[in-house]
Amino acid sequence: MKSTQTNALLDVKHLKLYFPVTRGILRKQVAEVKAVDDVSFNVDAGETMGLVGESGCGKTTVGRGILRLCEPTSGEVFFEGQDILKLSKEKMRKLRRKMSLIFQDPYGSLDPRQSAGNIVGELLTIHHMVKSKSEYNERIQQLFRQVGLDPAMTARVPHEFSGGQRQRLGIARALACEPSLIICDEPISALDVSIQAQIINLLKELQHGIKGLTYLFIAHDLSVVRHISDRIAVMYLGHVVEITDSDTLYRNPLHPYTRALLSAVPIADPFVEKNREHILLKGEVPSPLNPPSGCAFHPRCTEAIPECSKVTPRLEDVGNRHEVACIRVKA
Amino acid sequence: MAVLLEVKNLETQFKTEAGLVKAVDGISYHINEHEIVGVVGESGCGKSVSQLSVLQLIPSPPGKIAGGEVWFEGKDLLKYAANGSKMRGIRGSKISIIFQEPMTSLNPVMSINQQLSEAMQLHLGLNKADARKRAIELLKMVGIPAAEGRIDDYPHQFSGGMRQRVMIAMGLSCNPKLIIADEPTTALDVTTQAVLLKLMKDMVNRLNTSLVLVTHNLGVVARYAKRIYVMYAGRIVESGTTEDIFAHPRHPYTIGLLKCVPRLDGDRNRKLVPIKGLPPNLVCMPPNCAFLPRCPYHIEQCKKEPWPPLTTVRDKHEAACLVHLEDKDLEINAN
Repeated sequence: MKSTQTNALLDVKHLKLYFPVTRGILRKQVAEVKAVDDVSFNVDAGETMGLVGESGCGKTTVGRGILRLCEPTSGEVFFEGQDILKLSKEKMRKLRRKMSLIFQDPYGSLDPRQSAGNIVGELLTIHHMVKSKSEYNERIQQLFRQVGLDPAMTARVPHEFSGGQRQRLGIARALACEPSLIICDEPISALDVSIQAQIINLLKELQHGIKGLTYLFIAHDLSVVRHISDRIAVMYLGHVVEITDSDTLYRNPLHPYTRALLSAVPIADPFVEKNREHILLKGEVPSPLNPPSGCAFHPRCTEAIPECSKVTPRLEDVGNRHEVACIRVKA
Repeated sequence: MAVLLEVKNLETQFKTEAGLVKAVDGISYHINEHEIVGVVGESGCGKSVSQLSVLQLIPSPPGKIAGGEVWFEGKDLLKYAANGSKMRGIRGSKISIIFQEPMTSLNPVMSINQQLSEAMQLHLGLNKADARKRAIELLKMVGIPAAEGRIDDYPHQFSGGMRQRVMIAMGLSCNPKLIIADEPTTALDVTTQAVLLKLMKDMVNRLNTSLVLVTHNLGVVARYAKRIYVMYAGRIVESGTTEDIFAHPRHPYTIGLLKCVPRLDGDRNRKLVPIKGLPPNLVCMPPNCAFLPRCPYHIEQCKKEPWPPLTTVRDKHEAACLVHLEDKDLEINAN
């Protein structure tokens, strides 16, 4: 049984997000894409939860579903104890102050005609976080310093910033309303490696400085996710297949997909690489329109048995908050 | 080991509104027969442009190969006209190239068969039926299931990984001596990347070709390359065997790169050390070392002298740095 954590800031239960596929002028629904299918996990306050998986596995959709930017089909999302899927639109909008988002593309996610100060400060006015113009300016300056930008740059527009600086701007915007949860959706994958480290360090420092700041860190790069996260959920084709802490994930991965994923990530050390086992997956990720029966991974799994195509495995705790969805893994 | 390709003082420039950009600024390197060589660097360092220059694929204007020599099978390829028959005889035949974007480098209105056969009919003189037969063989070789049924499909009917397999098949089709792979797996997922790079490595072994692997991913070169060239701001700043580069890096930029990436097997509490500042603007390059403003190891001499040339630091290991760094200076294994 899953323990009901009382200190969980975010508790996602059986989240499902299906997109209808329609055809014809009457837009009759002919099928549905199960982008997120029965996903459950929880995130403690002050913790970083990593969400990894390959493109199309539904990791971004989980993030959008939690913020209700895509309306979930069913399930529950408890944020600070209340089920936010039941809230009215108005109440949800007010609550979004506490949940913010950092986007992947630092070029597309900033309005090119707004000044940097305005981009960061807009939310302050919308959510009535400041009372006077001077307080507004002061807060913006403070946010700029917090993310390592020169406060003298508030009047500039986004194209005057480099990629790394733009991402800092995006982080300042996310921090503006003092959120308790920040969903980071591939925040560094558009940046060069030498700049990536700056942003990773910044995110870590901010979390140290702000009590209770919680991240849901969505990315495909397992090395980065492992570095920044306390716990990691691995997704495959709309399902979470394994959740555990970051060290256990590397030392003792239990799900065959997690093992294949880990072995596919090359380590920047030729001496380590020589002795590593490289698991090569056969075939391709199946279409979410027509997912395989039973375990979604069974057609590519090296350890699949006939039963795998019949039984849909559930996430089960094997001890120490290590959860795996595989019928071949026994507690 | 015989040298297959030797590049000497290659310079490629682009005329832009802001001024002249020296994208490749006098690089020299060589590729031996039957080896995998990695070319590593961040975006804008000239790694792709240098490889395109070898095949004279630089759009002109605005680009121009301003100087240098590319020796291949006893001939200087840069002496050939870019679109002349001699250059076309090399391109896609003896030296082939696999591009980064499998989505955009295949022609969407030609079937896979047409695209694969075209080069073989031109370079190998095969007739249509033979070219088709060989195209099917190639698709099987790169692991496309039911190749006979898929040969007449169009690129949009293939997934990203499958398209890159087609690109690899195309690169192999005319039995090249050298394959240049320009970020071949950057657009793909890691599990697909692992499968495709393994495939390319096996092909190189089996077909006795050489492979240049252009990438920004240090892990990829660590896993597959035998030798490495590290590029920065249009120049090669360090070269050596993969083991030497990773275990005893000698250029501050290489050291910086190694320190700033998180490792899958690393200690999570190790703080990443980012490289300070930004890559230089290639339009207004300083006369001295381009890495100087970001270099934590610089000495007074660096500010006075021009950009140092590559000098041998150990056997087959060269670095372009005035500071003679030792292993003890690196602290790369600290923490």
